[in-house]
Amino acid sequence: MPHDDPFEHTGMSPSGHPYRPDQDGPLTRFQAMEIAIRELLIEKGVTTEAEIAAAIAYMDTRSPAGGARVVARAWTDPEFRARLLADGSAAVLEMGFPIEALKLIVVENTPRLHNVVVCTLCSCYPRNLLGLPPDWYKQRAYRSRVVREPRRVLAEFGLTLPEGIQVRVHDSTADQRYIVLPMRPEGTEGWSEEDLAALVTRDCMIGVAVPRRPQ
Amino acid sequence: MAEERVRVKALGTWGLHVRTPAYLRGKTGIVERRLGPYPNPEQLAYGLKAEALPVFRVRFTMAELWGAQAENPDDTLEAEIYAHWLEPADAA
Amino acid sequence: MSGIDKSWHDMGGEAAGPIERTEHDYALWEKRVDALYTIASGKGIFTVDALRRVLEEMGPEAFETMSYYERWVEAINRNLIAAGVYSPAELATKMAEVEARGDEYAAASLDRSDG
Repeated sequence: MPHDDPFEHTGMSPSGHPYRPDQDGPLTRFQAMEIAIRELLIEKGVTTEAEIAAAIAYMDTRSPAGGARVVARAWTDPEFRARLLADGSAAVLEMGFPIEALKLIVVENTPRLHNVVVCTLCSCYPRNLLGLPPDWYKQRAYRSRVVREPRRVLAEFGLTLPEGIQVRVHDSTADQRYIVLPMRPEGTEGWSEEDLAALVTRDCMIGVAVPRRPQ
Repeated sequence: MAEERVRVKALGTWGLHVRTPAYLRGKTGIVERRLGPYPNPEQLAYGLKAEALPVFRVRFTMAELWGAQAENPDDTLEAEIYAHWLEPADAA
Repeated sequence: MSGIDKSWHDMGGEAAGPIERTEHDYALWEKRVDALYTIASGKGIFTVDALRRVLEEMGPEAFETMSYYERWVEAINRNLIAAGVYSPAELATKMAEVEARGDEYAAASLDRSDG
C-alpha cells in the first residue's frame, strides 16, 4: 500500500517520484510554521491528531485511479455515461466517491471536439476524484498559455490535433470542477472495465493526453 | 431555444479578490448553462455573509478572445461567470 | 483608457515559457498543511475564498520564490490569526518552541523517527 506509514518518507516514493529535496534538510520556517499551527489548533481544541491523520489518509486514497474507474464505467455502460454527462456529481456519488465540496462537470471528447481543463486564477482541480494536482497544473506556464494557445500546449504534451477537431478549453473560474471523458480507444471491444481503466491516465482526464491502446 | 448572448463587464478589480479573469472582461459569448445560485466569492473572501448569485457558464470563441492573434479562431473556451459580472450583449 | 486591470495571479493569456513537467510526491509536512486547510475550512473558520485572497495579497514575489504549500501555510496562518483562533504572540511563542527542538523536521515535529 502506498503511504501505509505516514512517517516513512525517505528515498523514492511508491510512485517512483522523488520526495521534495528539502524534506530531510534543515527545518525551514514554513515547516516550523506548519508544526506550530498544528499544535496550536490541537491545544485550542479546534482539531485533534486523529482528525489530521484522517484528513491525510483520505487524500492519500484520492488518485487518478478513481477518475479512471469512472471513465471506464462510462465507456461500458451507456446509461451511466448519460447520467455522468447530465449530472457528474450525482453519477460519481453512485460509484462511492464522497464529493462534499465537489460539483463535477464531465466534458466529453468526440471525433469533432477535444476538451482541456485549466484554472488560470489559482489551482482549482477535481481533487476529490483525481487526488492532488501535478505541479505543472499549478504553475505559470500552463495557466498562462493553455487559454491562448491550447494546440501548442497540447503539442508540448505530445498530443497533436488535426484542424478538423475543435479544441475547447475549460477555465475553472468558480464553483465547478471538471474532468474530461476521453474517447475509448479503438480495438478495445470486449475489454473489462478494469483493463479499460488502466488506459486512462490523469493527463487524459485533464485533457492534455488521450488514452492509447498498447501496441 | 435562442442563444443567450452575454458580455462580461469591462471593469477593473483594483487589486481586490474577483473571480472574473481579465482576458474575459469586455468579451461576448453565449450562455452554455446556468448554475447555482452560489455565494458571491467577493464577499466570502473578506469574511462577509455572501449573497447567493446565479452563475453562468459562458462559451467564447478564440476569435472573440484573441482577435487576429487567435491560434485557431474556431476553437472555444468556457468559463463560469457570476451574474453581477454579466450584461446582455444585445445592445451591441 | 480601458478600465480592465489585471492582478498578478490572473495569468490567463500571458506569454510564458515551456511547461516544465516535473512532478513530486507531497512530503508529509505538505500533506499536513493541506489537511490543516481542509479541517479549518470544513469547520467554517475561513473559506477557500479567503485563502485565495491572502495568497493573492502575498504577491508575485511569494509565487516566484516560495513553493505551493509554503505559500499555503503562510496564508492559513494569516487567516487563523484574522479569525482569532490564536494570537500573533501565541504563534511567535510556539514558533520559538518548535525551532528549539531541533534543526530537522521530524525532531521539531516530535514525530517518531523509527516509523
